[in-house]
Amino acid sequence: MADKLITFDNVSKNFGAIKALENVNISVDTGEFLALVGPSGCGKSTILRIASGLDEISSGTLKTRTSKIGYVFQDSTLMPWRTVRKNIEFLAELEKIDKQIIKNKTNDIIELVGLQDFTEHYPIALSGGMKMRASLARSLVLEPELFLFDEPFGALDLITRGKLNVDLMQLYNSKKFTSLFVTHSVEEALFLSSRVLVFSGRPGKIVGEFTVPFKYPRASEIRYSSEFAELSGKVGRVLEKFS
Amino acid sequence: MIYPVLKKSIPPLLVFFFVIGIHYSITYGFLEPTRRFLLPPPHSIIYEGFFVPKHREEILRGLFLTTKVSFIGLSIAFVLGFSVALLMSQAKWIERSLYPWAVFTQTVPILALVPIIGFWFGFDILARIIVVVIISIFPIIINTQTGLNGASKNLHDLLTLHKASRWTRATKLMIPYALPQVFTGLRTSAGLAIIGSIVGDFFFGRGSPGLGMLLKVYSSRLRTEELLSATFMACLLGITVFWFFSYLGKKLVGHWSEAWSS
Repeated sequence: MADKLITFDNVSKNFGAIKALENVNISVDTGEFLALVGPSGCGKSTILRIASGLDEISSGTLKTRTSKIGYVFQDSTLMPWRTVRKNIEFLAELEKIDKQIIKNKTNDIIELVGLQDFTEHYPIALSGGMKMRASLARSLVLEPELFLFDEPFGALDLITRGKLNVDLMQLYNSKKFTSLFVTHSVEEALFLSSRVLVFSGRPGKIVGEFTVPFKYPRASEIRYSSEFAELSGKVGRVLEKFS
Repeated sequence: MIYPVLKKSIPPLLVFFFVIGIHYSITYGFLEPTRRFLLPPPHSIIYEGFFVPKHREEILRGLFLTTKVSFIGLSIAFVLGFSVALLMSQAKWIERSLYPWAVFTQTVPILALVPIIGFWFGFDILARIIVVVIISIFPIIINTQTGLNGASKNLHDLLTLHKASRWTRATKLMIPYALPQVFTGLRTSAGLAIIGSIVGDFFFGRGSPGLGMLLKVYSSRLRTEELLSATFMACLLGITVFWFFSYLGKKLVGHWSEAWSS
């Protein structure tokens, strides 16, 4: 019996007359990296909102064993009036963590995400990729047990996106936080996750499940292997069929 | 080193001389000598307005009074307008109840109100300040409100996730987010405040004489030189105030706000 951090049992979600999710069953093991792919508007983001407690479910049951949740949105949601350092400290500040502890942790995390040279910059001066790094760092300071990613790299160019994938992979390797990662990109999903769930168009249902066999830590090279391409093709076909 | 400064200032200077040139050519080219009082030449406007001690003193005193009334009125409008906007951002029902009144200050024909304000509050500085508040509060309310409501849903969700209180949400998210627009509102309102104090002056026609009353007196006496000098002072005040708030905005939020950088 594996250690489940969060379980969706027959969960449905309606917004008024619109069915967003229908009978969704997901369970995420502690330390697992689970990716959710599906067409736009299929309710993937709703799953994250439900997992975080931002949205209520309409029926079914939800079991969560942690309240230490990190949430990373598609836009970096940095506060433009705060410097990078101040932004990274922000959530810890909200949680009223001791100032000295925040400071030390922030220093470590800044180093980890490679923003040492930009700590006193304002977001206006950062590139899209650096903003996302800062956004990630902000959540990392709180050492979340469950990380929810809502297409965090969706707005970035492909090259930056690829780089950040590799960086996130390294972060995951060192911290092993449990992750729910929503994305449109099959390649991104396969590279990062140990399991991929494919969603249909609205109402969102799970129509495919793939285990990703590559061992962690994964080198960026695996994305160019034939095995990777083959699996990517399989997932892509299911995705196309149901969207 | 001096070259870029020179290069930057040449076009505005050219336009300035062009305008002065037109002014002279109208005075001396189109107007018969008996009708030149309609548009006296620039040098006599400047002479009458600023070098005749009696006029100069009158105009400077008027300028001081107008500035004072505008400043007090604008400060009140700012505190009041900001508070109203903050209140409105806290609940939909408050917004629904207060918004019509905000629009009222914008749409009311202020001239229609001036006599009644005079009856109620007398014809001195208090009445003028009230006119200024009414005329200048709307841009502050509306800009502040837009700013306060401008933070993205994701940012709000982030604060919700970390159980931020209403106070924290207001002080750490909504108010800082609104600042660039608060300054935009202030800058617009500052100009209106000056107009308000001149209009009030002009129509009360009693009490201590600000620029507005001087304009009235000069025009009734056909003193075009002084009239234009006083008008010029009013414009100068407007420009100075606009420049001041532009500077303040850039100084305070220019380093992070896209709207105020550059």
